[in-house]
Amino acid sequence: MSATMTPQGTNHGANPGVSGPAKDKAVAAALGRSRKRADIIVRSLSYAATAIGLVFLASILVTLFYKGFGAMNLSVFTEVTRPPGSQGGLLNAIVGSAIQVALATIIGTPIGMLVGTYLAEYARGSSFGNAVRFVSDILLSAPSILIGLFVYQLLVLPFGGFSGWAGVAALSIIIIPIVVRTTEDMLALIPNTLREAVIGLGAPKWKMIVTVCWRAATSGIITGVLLGIARIAGETAPLLFTSLGNNAWSTNLNGPMPSLPITIYSYAGSPFQDWIELAWAGALLITLAVLLLNILARSVLRSRT
Amino acid sequence: MSSTDAPTAPATSFGGMQARSSAAINQASRISVRNLDFFYGANKALKGVNLELPDRQVTGMIGPSGCGKSTLLRVLNRMYSLYPGQRAEGEVLMEGRNMIAPDVDLNELRSKVGMVFQKPTPFPMTIYENIAFGIRLHEKLSKSQMDDRIEWALSRAAIWGEVKDRLQSSAMGLSGGQQQRLCIARTIAVRPEVILFDEPTSALDPISTLKIEELIDELKRDFTICIVTHNMQQAARCADQVAFFYLGELVEVAPAAQLFTAPREKRTQEYITGRFG
Amino acid sequence: MPMEQGEHIVRSYDEQLRRLRDMVARMGGLAERQVNDATVALTRRDATLAAEVIGRDAALDQLEREIEAFCIRILATRQPMASDLRFIVAAMKVAHNLERIGDYARNGAKRSIVIAQQPAIGSLNGFTRMARLVQENLKLAIDALVNDDAEAAERVWAADEPVDDVYNGIFREMLTFMMEDPRNITAATHLLFIAKNLERIGDHATNIAETVHYAVRGDSLPEDRPKADASAYAVVRPPE
Repeated sequence: MSATMTPQGTNHGANPGVSGPAKDKAVAAALGRSRKRADIIVRSLSYAATAIGLVFLASILVTLFYKGFGAMNLSVFTEVTRPPGSQGGLLNAIVGSAIQVALATIIGTPIGMLVGTYLAEYARGSSFGNAVRFVSDILLSAPSILIGLFVYQLLVLPFGGFSGWAGVAALSIIIIPIVVRTTEDMLALIPNTLREAVIGLGAPKWKMIVTVCWRAATSGIITGVLLGIARIAGETAPLLFTSLGNNAWSTNLNGPMPSLPITIYSYAGSPFQDWIELAWAGALLITLAVLLLNILARSVLRSRT
Repeated sequence: MSSTDAPTAPATSFGGMQARSSAAINQASRISVRNLDFFYGANKALKGVNLELPDRQVTGMIGPSGCGKSTLLRVLNRMYSLYPGQRAEGEVLMEGRNMIAPDVDLNELRSKVGMVFQKPTPFPMTIYENIAFGIRLHEKLSKSQMDDRIEWALSRAAIWGEVKDRLQSSAMGLSGGQQQRLCIARTIAVRPEVILFDEPTSALDPISTLKIEELIDELKRDFTICIVTHNMQQAARCADQVAFFYLGELVEVAPAAQLFTAPREKRTQEYITGRFG
Repeated sequence: MPMEQGEHIVRSYDEQLRRLRDMVARMGGLAERQVNDATVALTRRDATLAAEVIGRDAALDQLEREIEAFCIRILATRQPMASDLRFIVAAMKVAHNLERIGDYARNGAKRSIVIAQQPAIGSLNGFTRMARLVQENLKLAIDALVNDDAEAAERVWAADEPVDDVYNGIFREMLTFMMEDPRNITAATHLLFIAKNLERIGDHATNIAETVHYAVRGDSLPEDRPKADASAYAVVRPPE
């Protein structure tokens, strides 16, 4: 520490014009001590905060893995949910979640990409573009229960009941702003000279976007979509008002549909031990899926850069 | 070097062959800039510029940053039209037409006036696709014609030998100097009449720089070339005529040998001897 | 008009150019002195002074080498342009001219030692006059270089005519001496060479002036210079 202190620096205030190591050794030493003290305080606070965070995270994961693996068996994947006391599984919830998440992604991704493209390529600096970006950012951080409520008003009440489609709609609305954001960010990272290089060859703008910009931003956009999927796979609140959940096997998108988060939600709060165990198993499954998606997203990003 | 002629090139639209038969110096102007003003919003970046770009010669543009030399380059291929708020007034005559008129087909203009940028800008695709991209915008070629054209363009850009065995691999894997020559090949492949170079070697090492300079010397047999550079020695080496810009004005334009040994204008003299304060 | 020059952004570059200017000025001064002393040694039949002139020539050669090396260093490190480039090239050329002038002075000094051992012939007034003219031109040319004065250089360039006139006079005078008495031939021949040397020194001064003019203005003086040297025809002139 003290070795890094330059004599010029310490002399500056006390003795302007005098440089060199000779003069203020006492001042330099005092300043050095106070710097060391400040360093120690800030450093220990940072370590302490990190430790607190890590302890909670670790305890959550340990509990989850302990209880989750304890409840895991083959029937979780082969049996549908049953009344308490009988050997049941989560098959219907897993399939229901997969269908809804997949459909939401298929619907949300192109819309999000096009909006992101509009913002990055066409609406740069325009006030309408800024408004769209603002709204999309609000949507990104909006409580998901609000979105559930909105879809409930829009699709559930008028069409007379809960449905898988309403769940898909709610999840789409959640994933769209995520894809918008990542698409816009990734397109914004493309240097303008690359765009000018395409235009300079005599290409129209749409061709520039489709053939070069999207291609250059592919890995980023895929990463965004994967993170979006990870986000909606764990959403419970918007599904409560929309697809409701279903204890029986159902792939009918027009009626209530089962999903993992809802099942976890209702089972974990139940008084029955076997349901609670299934809830732990479901929670572990979701966690592992999200972990997998995150790893996948990282490797996609790394493979391209 | 017979391989330098594109197999599919119609002889007239592509001046290459005429150039070699009709001696070295052709004083006819390929582009005439007349009383050109340019505005970034309210800010006037070019003031009454008059400049002739002689056919199949290299015009160098020098001057301190923000003097308007790059701006002029971006007027010549209408790159500025991409950005709202930028506008040009005056005339940029090419084949008797004013290229900054609003009714000009920009894609056609840009196929005639190609541009190479400061940083290499390879597209995120294979080397082959990088070259084919521009060609497909303007022409329909059979597979074999396309292969021939791509070989021709890469050969003219002096990079064929280095990439011929890996045309299907990504262009992003090339070195900086190779990427820049690839970009030149991509520009040539469209068979423009004019090539604009915007500080083409400022991101390259000295050897890659010399290769590009050698290439420019070779290319001027067929193309009219305009190069913006901060490196005065480079302008002295590459250019036939050199234009010095200062604060949006064209201060002096003269043959390179004259401008760098005995400039007429005091401002030129001070800039090129390093006396600007 | 020579352009007003501001300071370079790189101050050490200015210092180098200033140093080069000083070196050339010093060399010019030394060359002037050599020419002067050689002439004095001749007219006063002073063999000691002549020996000094011969001995000092090495210093002039040394200075030329230093200037050349310094110019090459600046060229390599600064890539000078325009007026700087012209000045540096001019400095090299001027140094070379000065070195030649030094050689002629030394040669004249050598000959004056021989002449001092011979019986005196006639007066050497013509030599004194010629040397004065040449020295004046040389000094003006060097000053023009130091002061970037193209007009002064032009005056030097045009002022070579009287030198040539005096030379023609000396040429005829020496021929006469030799015809009068063959014992004069040794001294007269040496004197003729000395006159030729002085005339050459004048030419070099003119060269320096031309170089200075190019360095300052950037364009060359016309190739034809006012000339009045008829001596070349003197011997082949048809008998009357």
